[in-house]
Parts: sequence; structure tokens; C-alpha cells
Amino acid sequence: MLTVEHLNVWFGFDPDRVDAVKDASFTVAQGESFGLVGESGSGKSTILRAIAGLIDTWSGTIAVAGQPLAARRRDRAFYKTVQMVFQDPYASLHPRHSVDAVLSETLRLQGMGDIDRRITSLLSDVGLGRGFRFRYPHQLSGGQRQRVAIARALAAEPRLLLLDEPTSALDVSVQAEILNLLSDLRAEHGLTYVMVSHDLAVVGHMCDRLAVMQGGRIVEVMDVQALRQGNARQDYTRQLIAASEGYARA
Amino acid sequence: MNQSRQLSRREWLLSDAPQTRRQARLGAFYQGWLTFRGNKLAMLGLIVLVLLIGMAILAPWIAPQSPFTQNLPNRLQPPSAEHWLGTDALGRDILSRLIHGSRITLFIVGTVALIAPVIGLFIGTVAGFAGGWVDQVLMRITDIFLAFPKLILALAFVAALGASITNAVLALALTAWPPYARLARAETLTIRNADFIAAARLQGAGPLRLLIKHIWPLCISSLIVRVALDMAGIILSAAGLGFLGLGAQPPMPEWGAMISDGRTYILDFWWVAAMPGIAIFIVSMAFNLLGDGLRDVLDPKGAKE
Amino acid sequence: MTLLSVRNLRVSFPTRQGTFEAVRGISFDLGRERLGVVGESGSGKSMTGRAILGLVRPPGIVTADRMELEGQPILNLPEGRMRRIRGRRISMVMQDPKFSLNPVMTIGDQIVEAYRLHAGGAKPAARQKALEMLRAVQIRDPERVMGAYPHEVSGGMGQRIMIAMMLAPDPEILIADEPTSALDVSVRTEVLNIMDRLVRDRGMGLIFISHDLNLVAQFCDRVLIMYAGRIVETLAAKDLHQARHPYTQGLLNSLPRLDAPVDRLPVLQRQDSWREGDTITQSLETEFPGGL
Repeated sequence: MLTVEHLNVWFGFDPDRVDAVKDASFTVAQGESFGLVGESGSGKSTILRAIAGLIDTWSGTIAVAGQPLAARRRDRAFYKTVQMVFQDPYASLHPRHSVDAVLSETLRLQGMGDIDRRITSLLSDVGLGRGFRFRYPHQLSGGQRQRVAIARALAAEPRLLLLDEPTSALDVSVQAEILNLLSDLRAEHGLTYVMVSHDLAVVGHMCDRLAVMQGGRIVEVMDVQALRQGNARQDYTRQLIAASEGYARA
Repeated sequence: MNQSRQLSRREWLLSDAPQTRRQARLGAFYQGWLTFRGNKLAMLGLIVLVLLIGMAILAPWIAPQSPFTQNLPNRLQPPSAEHWLGTDALGRDILSRLIHGSRITLFIVGTVALIAPVIGLFIGTVAGFAGGWVDQVLMRITDIFLAFPKLILALAFVAALGASITNAVLALALTAWPPYARLARAETLTIRNADFIAAARLQGAGPLRLLIKHIWPLCISSLIVRVALDMAGIILSAAGLGFLGLGAQPPMPEWGAMISDGRTYILDFWWVAAMPGIAIFIVSMAFNLLGDGLRDVLDPKGAKE
Repeated sequence: MTLLSVRNLRVSFPTRQGTFEAVRGISFDLGRERLGVVGESGSGKSMTGRAILGLVRPPGIVTADRMELEGQPILNLPEGRMRRIRGRRISMVMQDPKFSLNPVMTIGDQIVEAYRLHAGGAKPAARQKALEMLRAVQIRDPERVMGAYPHEVSGGMGQRIMIAMMLAPDPEILIADEPTSALDVSVRTEVLNIMDRLVRDRGMGLIFISHDLNLVAQFCDRVLIMYAGRIVETLAAKDLHQARHPYTQGLLNSLPRLDAPVDRLPVLQRQDSWREGDTITQSLETEFPGGL
């Protein structure tokens, strides 16, 4: 479904050029859920943004469903295949657009008809009732906002969903609800996920395989069984696993 | 009965779960109105401005006398029961002239408020959103306009175009836009990289749509606030042009020109200059108070804690 | 010995829909221990910290039957007297150091100023103290950091600097509001170690506000669990996983775990009765498990 080969992403120009991602390669199969983990600044979100076409300055190959992508322009077909859910639901919804405005604009942009019916079914897909349709973001809780953002991403009926720390801004009880929702949606719609997270437990719960990143490089690709059993090959991964198990008094 | 219906309408408006698009819009509007109403001084400003508009609309009916009829034997009369605010050097009733002059003031304020922010919004958001050389070119033009004092630039425009109230308004509008362009650009730069813009981009939204539907609605509120706060300055600039004889031409009862007429007699017949001065002061103040209240409603991050 | 004693603390805000009570009558005592305060956003945990420091902004109203710092009432003191307590006797560390440090002052100047504000003294002495504090929070090169501006240091370093600044006047109580939430796990451990050591060495009382149950269970001595402005359960941190309140249990269960994979995570079913029910308290022996 997704192939990334020798991906380099940089910001700025020489001499201030910052290489955010260095020579990253991985593949994600159709229907798989793939995790990208690492600490802040490791380049995990940058990879996601480069795939989504939000960053122009990259080199290497990104192919979605066998189609290599051009660096800059993405066509309509791309946005119908790939969608993204952002980290902070407080920043990813336009403060002056109601849920209705967000979803109907999205559906219209995606060239969908029968907008009224689709909005109702999208809202019920993400577990929001009709009562939410005309609310503004400030009338929604964090979890509800993230549900709206997921509905927006699903509006185009994509096959690949990029999830950028979708629950890190939420309370744990709400996180459980959103993760369950994402699992259900994947099963229902046969979606492929690429999920970025700093939380190994979340990735362990959601993903089949994962790549561990450090300083812009992928240091290890492992499957989730190995993560659960602590069978990491790299020291860095072992450190990360140890640190995620919590605080041990020195 | 009446009480309970009133209450339910309030609840309907304040509902956290609006059922229709209309209810959501009205609800948002009502929330804003409640915030605004909480600011007593802003309400005062609003009331003054509503009175001013009413005065301008009804001027021919409420003005006690014609603003143009001269009555030389009656010149320079102090305020009295017959002439509440006295008469000027040509014996015209100052109150009547002020009432008719409110139309001119509103015309100036209204036109400038329509033209300047629109130019500024357009230039600023395009510059901020496009970036690169577009930004450079547009902002350098803005800088050139900003480099001159507003009134001097307006003077130059009027001198070139000819002295008239329309040209004065045009000149004021053309000199007032650069600060709005700067403001709009700064706002755009912070919005441009927001996740909701990225999300819209991922739906295939083009730059024009992003600009008009996503960026403008967020810039407009702070511009409105700024315009309301700047109105006082615009009235004063218009009055300044009138005072210098480059705005409204006699015998039009423009407030600035009226002050100018009165300055010869300012020591002996203070009311001739003071009355229009007080009028300008009150209206400027009202706009400032209104702007302050609007900021509480539209731009909460700029409001005082 | 009780450092801080709070009885029936309430914080309320008037709104258009009526009064909103952010904190609804909570009582606790703080000894020389690490006290965790856990809850979800909106549970009132941060507001509790702010209320103790007198940082609730109008129109918010703070009331309590008792709020005493070592027997001395500190509820709604005039701002001038509160300022002398804040920083000198009770300090606070916020979530994100970026917003708490002044971006146009060097770090050294800020620590020196913070210290002199509370302790007075000459500049060279304060500078010595600042260096000492930076060393205490494990900053390897304090001379260089003193001259740096906040944007020149990393998040973890910034948080350590904040802690150094807060600890310079030797407060009796430190309130830490999500001090490690913005930090990566590897840095988090270091920052926690520093706070832990300072609490032990100086005999400070620490109020550790967090949403992270596992972290609190491992780091603190005693935990208060807050829900909808009330304390629903208090227990020794080591017993957190044997919590009796359904809310606490629900929170713990909703966390995904590497060692216990499940297909679906259990979702918290909120009960209205949690809003009003009694606090579940364990036996008195857990009152000060960290020792006095």
C-alpha cells in the first residue's frame, strides 16, 4: 500500500539546512497498521507530513498503491486515497467552522453528492449523534473534536490513513474510546494505518509492525510481538522500552 | 407565561447542542452580544453611535433651522434658548449645522471603513499566504506608504486630485490601509501553518479557497476591532483636512471645517469652535469604546485578562 | 508534621449558565511527602494547585473552611502577603518551561532575580546560589547555562532550570503541575530523579499534579484521585493498582499495556453517583506512608 525508500527530508537551505529525516525506508502492506515511534525531534511526524504532501523538500521515493508520488503536486486521486488525522484536535479544526461546515466543505471538495445523508452517516460512524452537527469546535470536548477530525478524514473514503499522535492530547479514558473507534473503523473499511506515537503502549496496542526512529534515522523495524516480549535488537529501542515502563526510583 | 417564553428563547440561543444551522449562527451571535453587553463603556459607545446614525438619517426633520440660512444681524450669538449651541460668524445655527454635519462625518467614516480594511486585508493575506517574492513586493509597497505621515500623504493626494469631500475620503482610505495590511499579514503568518489549514489542503482545497474561506474569517475579526479603534483617528484626519480647507468646501457643515471657521474668534466667541470640537470628541470616543468592546467579543486573546 | 492543611476547599466561577464549581469541597493534609493528585482534564486538579497559591483569577472565587500553611491561615490573603509566601515558602513548577521563562533575559539573570526577590542579599552571593542550584539539578555546565537565553536550551533542560529557580529560595512546599508531560520519557526520568532527591534531602512537601496514573503510582507516596472537582479516593501509591473506586479502576483499565494485549480497550462508563459519593479512604496507616 505504501512504500518509502531512501527518504530524506530537510528544512531550510545551506548552511542552515536541517536534515529531519535521513535515508528512511519501510513498506506498509494493504490493511496493515504500521507504527512510527521515537522521541520528539526524531523525524517521525516529518515522515508523515512528507507522505501527505505538506512538505515539499524531500528526496527519495514515496509510492502509494504502487504509484510513485511527485515532490510537489498531488492530484485529486491522491487525496481520495490518503488522509491524515492530526495530533492536536484543538488546532486541527477551524475555530469558526461548525462541524456541519467542516464536513460539507470536505465532501464538496471531494466531489461527493448527497451531502446531507453522508454527513449523518459520517457522524454516526465516529460515534457522534445528529445533535453534534451544528456545533462549533468550542462546544466540543477534546475527544469529540478528534472524532470530528476522524470523520473529516474518512469523508473522502480513503484507503490509507496517516495518524499523527491522534490521542496524545487526550485523557486516557478518551484515548481508549478513540483507539477503539480507530480499530473498528479499520476493520469496517479495510483501512491501512500509519500511526506516529511516542507512546509504545499505544503503538503496541494498535499496530502490527513498527519502526523505531532516532535523530531522523530508522534504527529498527520490528513486529509488535518482538516489542511485547522486549526482543529489540538495538540498544536504543531497549532503552525506549525500559523508559516507557515508567519511573524507577534511582 | 411571558417570562417562561423569554427564558426558553434564551436557553434556545445558549444551547450547547444547536439543532439547525440557523440556531448555531444565532447562538454564536447571541453569545457575542452578551459579552459585549457586559462591557458598560462599550454599550455607551454603541448608544452614542446609534444616536449619531439616527441623527444623520433624521437630520432635515430634527434640525431646528436650516444649516445654510445666513442671518448676519444674529451672528456670533452665545448659546441661548433660541440657539442652543449659539450661532457662527454668518449667523447660522450651530446645532443645525452639527446635526447636518453628522451625515458628512458618517459618510467619511463609512467609506473609509469600507475601502481601507478591504484593501489591507487583501494585500496582507495574499502577501502572508503566498510568501516569497509576492510577499516582498507587496510589503515593500506597504512600507513606502507607511513611511509617510498619514495626513501629509492625504494632503498630497488631495492636492493632486483637487479639494473636495470625495477626494478627501479617497485620500484617507488610500493612506489608511497599510497598517491593516501589516496586521492581516501577521495574522496570516500564524494561521498559515495551522493544522486546520493543512487538513483543508489534504482535502484538495486550492489557495484561493484557503484564503477566502479559511484565512479571511479569522483575520476579519481583528481587523474590525482595529478599524473601530482607528475610526477616531480617521474622523480627526478628515477634520484636519477640513480645517486646512482641503476637505469639505463651504458652506458644507463639515465639523473640521466648522472648527476652522471658528478659530478666528476662538478667544471671544469660544462656542463657534468648541461645539464642533466637542462633537468630534464625543464621536471619536464612542468609536474607541465600541472598538474596545468588540475586541472582547471578537479577539479574546487581545483582551485584557 | 502537617505542612499544609486544607479543609472543604471550593473554587467556583460564575458563568452565564449559572455557577460552575471547578473544585467542590476537597480536604487533605500534606506532610513531608510526595503527594500525587491525579485526574482527567477538568477534574479540578490544576485549579486546586492554583487555589493554594492564590492564583485563581477573578471572577473565580476560592472558599475553604481551613487552608493553613504550618498552622498559619493562607486563604485569600492580600496579594502583597501572598507574594511573600509564593516562591519563598510554596513554589510551583508548570507544565511547559517555554511559557514560564522570560525569553529576553538570560537564565542566570532570571534565577538571580528570583532568588534576590525572596531572599534578598547581594548579587555575587545570589549568583553563587544560582550556580549551586543549577548544579543541584544536574546541569553539567552551569556557567554556560547561566549566560544562555531560554530558547537556546532544550525542553528537559528548561524544566530543570525552572525547578532550580523554584527551589532557590528553599521553599517548604513544591507544587508541580504536570512537570514532565512535555518531556520525552528519557528526560522525564532525570527530572523526576532530581525532584525526588530534593524532596528527600530537604524534607520538602511535594504536590505532584498529573494525569499519568502509572507515573504517580511509581513516583509518589500517596495519591488523591479527583473526579469532577472532588476527591473520590485517597490511597497509598503502592496500592494504586488495588484501587477500590470504579473510577480509579476504570482509568487504570483504559490504559493499553504492552504486557497484556487486548483487542478492545475497556471504556470508562461514567456514573453520576461518582460526582457526589463519599471519598474512599484507606486505613489511617496510609496517611503518611512516606514517613514524617
